[in-house]
Parts: sequence; structure tokens; C-alpha cells
Amino acid sequence: MRFGACLLALAAMATGLTACGNSAAGSIVDKAKNDKKLVIGIKIDQPGWGLKKPDGGYAGMDVDVAKYVAKELGVPESGITFKEAQSANREPFIQQGQVDMVVATYSITDERKKKISFAGPYLVTGQDILVRADDTTITDVESLKDKKVCGAQGSSSPKRLADKFGTEWESKNLTQQQGYGACLPLLENKQVDAISTDATILAGFAAQFPGKFKLVGKPFSTEKYGVGIKMDDKSGRDAINTAIEKMFKDGTWRKSIDANLGEFGKFFSSPPSVERY
Amino acid sequence: MEAVVEELPVILQAFWLTVKLAVISGLISLVWGVVLAAMRVSPLPVLRGAGTVYVNILRNTPLTLIIVFCGLGLGTVMNVQFSSDDLSVNNFWLSTIGLSAYTAAFVCEVVRSGVNTVPLGQAEAARSIGLTFLQTLRLVILPQAVRAVIAPLGTVLNALIKNTTVAAAIGVAEAALRMKNMFDAHGDAIIPIFLGFAAGFVILTLPIGLLFGRLAQRMAVAR
Amino acid sequence: MTQATVLYDAPGPRSRMRNNVLTLAFGVVLLLVAYVVWAKFDAKGQWDGKLWRPFIQADTWTELILPGLRNTLSAAAVAAVLALVFGAVFGIARLSDHRWVRVPAGVVVELFRAIPLLMLIFFAQYGGSLAGLIVTEFTAVVFGLTLYNGSVLAEIVRAGIRAVPRGQSEAGYATGLRKNQVMRLILLPQAVTAMLPAIISQLVVLLKDTALGFVVAYADLLNAGARVVPANFFNLIPSVIVVAALYIAINLALGYLATRLERRSRRSRKAPAAIAAPGIAGDEVAVAR
Repeated sequence: MRFGACLLALAAMATGLTACGNSAAGSIVDKAKNDKKLVIGIKIDQPGWGLKKPDGGYAGMDVDVAKYVAKELGVPESGITFKEAQSANREPFIQQGQVDMVVATYSITDERKKKISFAGPYLVTGQDILVRADDTTITDVESLKDKKVCGAQGSSSPKRLADKFGTEWESKNLTQQQGYGACLPLLENKQVDAISTDATILAGFAAQFPGKFKLVGKPFSTEKYGVGIKMDDKSGRDAINTAIEKMFKDGTWRKSIDANLGEFGKFFSSPPSVERY
Repeated sequence: MEAVVEELPVILQAFWLTVKLAVISGLISLVWGVVLAAMRVSPLPVLRGAGTVYVNILRNTPLTLIIVFCGLGLGTVMNVQFSSDDLSVNNFWLSTIGLSAYTAAFVCEVVRSGVNTVPLGQAEAARSIGLTFLQTLRLVILPQAVRAVIAPLGTVLNALIKNTTVAAAIGVAEAALRMKNMFDAHGDAIIPIFLGFAAGFVILTLPIGLLFGRLAQRMAVAR
Repeated sequence: MTQATVLYDAPGPRSRMRNNVLTLAFGVVLLLVAYVVWAKFDAKGQWDGKLWRPFIQADTWTELILPGLRNTLSAAAVAAVLALVFGAVFGIARLSDHRWVRVPAGVVVELFRAIPLLMLIFFAQYGGSLAGLIVTEFTAVVFGLTLYNGSVLAEIVRAGIRAVPRGQSEAGYATGLRKNQVMRLILLPQAVTAMLPAIISQLVVLLKDTALGFVVAYADLLNAGARVVPANFFNLIPSVIVVAALYIAINLALGYLATRLERRSRRSRKAPAAIAAPGIAGDEVAVAR
């Protein structure tokens, strides 16, 4: 019977390990004001958007937006803890309270609005195609039919192409790697002919290799990037929307785009309008 | 439960790919593993050294890293390409290379310990009737060594069958990746889907374990 | 004069000449292969100093690589402790006299040995959110590692206990000890020394298996080498090579530790022969990922 007690203790320990997190109720505005601290989810491997630098800091447009919004909510840069939020983890992290907000190339969709809420958009982009600079055969999404394409596992962009062209195309022409950074060597060495995902992510990578790649420039979907926060946090949404509008108005938005995307900043000519709900 | 029934063709297809990966990698690694073992016991220090280096590198590197390197390094840097037309075929063979290279290191070690179980007298007798090193190996030592290690070889094969799931890292549509996609598609039927795939692997590995156990008993060298 | 072993004679003059010729031939072949590989890498500019220079900068290591290593080691450490507990519990359970304990334990162990680790990790991630629990990648990886390696360790423990000479337990029973006490006071301590090399080998396997966390975006060492560093410096191949070297170094060190321990334990006490050493065994020690 002592054995049975041992098992019970083990089970209790196991559940304790997994369930130890707290999903605090309450608006992000209050948390920012009272604690002067925020945990913000970002990408850390997307050049131009969210990248962990060797000096320990983070750089990118999403990081700039996060810092600006936090400042407007009353949290200094020193009070921000950045946490990596991989694509598949963005909703769970917000729902479980592991992060207070997510600024990680996060597209606003109705599906996601069922679980969390969005402030913004702070940028509008679309799924686009990155090709080698000397490749003239790919001009729009239809020309991908006979081409090899690389995507990232867990991203919705390859799924969109697979839905469009069918499962046989998916098996023969689509390869899904771990992250878009792994697709770049494949494109460069002609293993694949194109990488397709949001123009923003493509621009971020391509900006690091001036002259090697080019964006086709004909987005075939619309992606609105927003700031994800808890469901039912209306005051949070309003506060963040106000902060974003201020960022558009005082020129910080434009400066950040140009600084992070270089020559590809031209694809983002003007800021979008914030959607309040 | 309906999700499992509905997706049964996809599940079977995924397991068929798993089996293909396992069988082809198994055959290649068996041959290459025996060659490596022969290298490691050969009279030439060059071969012994090369074999030792190979085995130590491959056994101490995670398989995930090897497969990622094969998927990205072999293709892009070494221009290894198996099919210019079909990416899934290309990835299949790249992961087969990675799996074979990795498993061969373990086959080598198993065969080598098998060689050590062959009594000294056998090799001495072989030498005394004038057989060369290669002949000794081929006619006297290896047949006995392999028969002695059939059970551990079965273990290696089972491990290989489970290791095929690591090919998911470069997007090969085998069982683990398909299961993950099904989790995404059918968010409410996670447990039946998992049990379905788990059952598949039990069906693959359990008979092999039993078969090799039986074979080991039957083919054990009577001493 | 080279040594004679069982498989080949001490070489006479003709053998020596033939051996030298063959050594030269194989040496040339190996060098050729190495050259081809080097040349292909060179053609793609992979030996370019720009790609390798980040690795002599201290902050690349402290900010990007070492945190990954720390995560790998922490996941391995936690999983190792849990797996040892799991293995001890289920290994002993499988030796129980009561069928209602022995059979379910057997089913659990065989089940988790048959399921690939990656599938356990996927299931932990998705199943956890289904149940409303918080499942970080760390938890999912540790969950999978614990169950899988725990099952293999259970088998090692079972083999280790059964290898203790029967006389020991018989003597224990003769002095009036209960089954539980015999296990605890007599069998386990002796079994542990015999099992130690096999256990350490399995822990090395566990450490290698943490790399599977890469597929679920756990920020481990492989993730640092294949995602984070290349995102900064665009040196995917060199980065993967450096990280591979790190893994090899760590695992070689652990393997060396295992052999030292085995040698020491064999010297210090007349324990039963070492159990399930890597190689000949009916177990998956050191064969998995």
C-alpha cells in the first residue's frame, strides 16, 4: 500500500508541475500602471521584426511598436520582459497569461478573435513571393504552379498555397522547414524557386542581402498585423489603439519602417487605420 | 473517433512512408555498419582510425541535428539532389541518408561486440588453414558474430523505426508530422488520433521485437 | 613490429608491404573525399571568414549559444530526475508478486517504449491545451523525455535487480525480512552499482533527445544553432557545425565519465557483472536518438 501512496505522490507532483501558472484577470492597462512591468511576446528569429541580438537586446519593427505602446501605457523599457512567442504559441500564451501582449507579426483573423482580442492593425501586408534577383519567370502567385516553394512549419502561408493548388502539388512542390531562415539557403542554391509568406517577413530577410533577392510585389492576401491581448479587455484595446495612432502621427512609425526594412520600406507607404471594436 | 476513421487513408499513407524509410535505411545501415565494423577491426590503422572517428561523431550527435544538416547542408552545399521534380522524394532520400549514416554507427558497435564473442579458437583455426583477413571475416567470424547479436540488431531496428519520426524536422510527411497536422485539423479528437498513431507504432515494433527474439534463439550458435 | 590479434597474423615482410600499399591507397581515398567536401563548401563560400567570425566573439556565445545550452541542460536534468523516479517505480512494479501491479506496469512500460518520442512531445503540447493546462515547450519536452526514457530505465532497473544473485534475496528472506525490505535493503543497493553504466548511457541518450525540442521550437542548443544565430549572421551551415561539435564534446565527456565509473565500480566491489552495457543487450540503451 505504500507503493500506492508513492504513485499518488508522483501524480500530484506531476500535475503540480504542469499547472503552476496563473492567468491573472484584469486589464493590461491596470497591470501596466500598477506594476510598471509587462511581459511581451515577440519573435526572436525574424530579422527586421523581432530578432535577438548578440548584445542581449532585441531589434525590429515589432520590438519598436512594443516599446512605444508600453511607454504609452506607463511602462519604461526597463520594465519590459520580452519572451519568445513562436507562431503556434501566440494564442495559448495570451490565454494562459504567460504574456500580457503579443507583438509578433500577428495577423488579425476572425478565428483568433474567438480566443483573444486585437488592437491595431499597426501594419497591413499580404502574402507575397520572394525570388532570386535574376529570376523573371515568377510574376504572380499563379506562376508558382510549376515551381518549388519553401515555407515554415506551423505558418499559415504554406497552407494557403496548399489549399490553392491541391495536395499533390503540396507533396511535390512544397517543402516546409523549421523557420523561414532555413528557407533562404534553399532559395539561394536553387533547391527551391520561391519563398512565400507575408511580405514583411520576406522583406526583413531580404533586406540583409541587398541585391540577391527581390519581392514580386503582388500580394495575394491581406494580413493585418495587430497587438494581441486578452479577450474582453476593452480598455486595454482602446489604450493600445490610442498609442498606435499616436505612433503613426508623430513619425515614429515611418522612422521605424525605414530603419528596419531598408530598401523594402517602400512597400509600406502609409500607415493603416486602426480598427476599434 | 470519426476523425480517425475519416483520416484512415492518410494515416495508412503516413505509416507506409514510415515503413519505407525504415526498411531502406535499415538495409543501407546494415551493409554500411558491417563495413564499418570490418574497418574497425582491420589491420590497417588508417581504416581503424577512420571508422572510430566516424562512429564517435555519429553516435554523439543528436539525430535531429544530423537530419537538419542533411536536409539543408547536403542539398545546398554539396548539391546532392535526388529529384529535380518532386521535393518530397528529394527530402525522403536526404533523410534516408541521415538515418542510415546514424544507424550504421550503432550497427557497427553491435556487430563489433558480436565479433568479440566469437571464441579465439575460431579465428586462430581460420588463420592456421591460411585464410586471409578478409576471408576469415567473411567465412568464419562475421557469420557467427551476426548470429550472436540478432537480438540487439532487432533493438536497433526498432529504434530506427521510431527514429524515422525525426524526419519531420525537414518536412517529410511521415507519421509524426501527419499526426501533428491532424491535431491542427481536428482539435477535439486529439486523444483518439494519438491512440491511433500509437497503435500503429506498437503494431510495427512489437512483432519485430518478438520476431528477432525468436530468430535469436533459433540462430544462436550452439557452443 | 605491429601486434598480432586474433583476426590477422603479425605481418611478415610481404604483408607489411601490402599493408603499406593499402594504407596509402585508403589514405589517398579518404583525403580525396575530404578534399571534395572541402572544395564544395568552399565553392559556396561556407569557409568565408565572415560566417565564422561570430564564433570568436564572446557575446555570440554568452547571449545566443549559451542560453540554448543552458536550456538543453536544464531540460535534461529535470527529465533525468523524473525518468529515474519513473524507471525505479515501474521497474520494481514489474517485479511485483501481485498481478494487478505487475501487468499494468508492464503495459505502461511497453507502451511508452513503442511510441516515438516526437509523438509524445506533440501529444503533450496539444493534449495539454485541450485539458486547459499550461504546456510550455519545456514541459512538453520533459514530459516526453520522462515517459520514454523512464520506460527504458524501468527495463534496466528490472534487469539489474534480477541479476543480483538469488542467494542474496534468499538470505534476506531467511533472516525474516519482508519482500519490501529485501528489495530496499539488499537488492537495490547491489543492483544500482551494476546498473550505473547502463543508466548513465541512457542519460546520455536523454541529453541527445532534448534536441527534438527543436521541432516544437523549444529554445535549446540546436534551436540556437539552427535558428537564432543564423538569423543574426546568416551562417546556417557553420553554425550547425559548431553546435554539432558542442554536442559531440559534451556527450563524449559524459561517455568517458560512464566508462570511468564502470571501471571504478568493477574494481571496488565484487558486484554482479555490469548490466546491459551498450552493445549486446536486449535493451535500447544508447541506441535511440
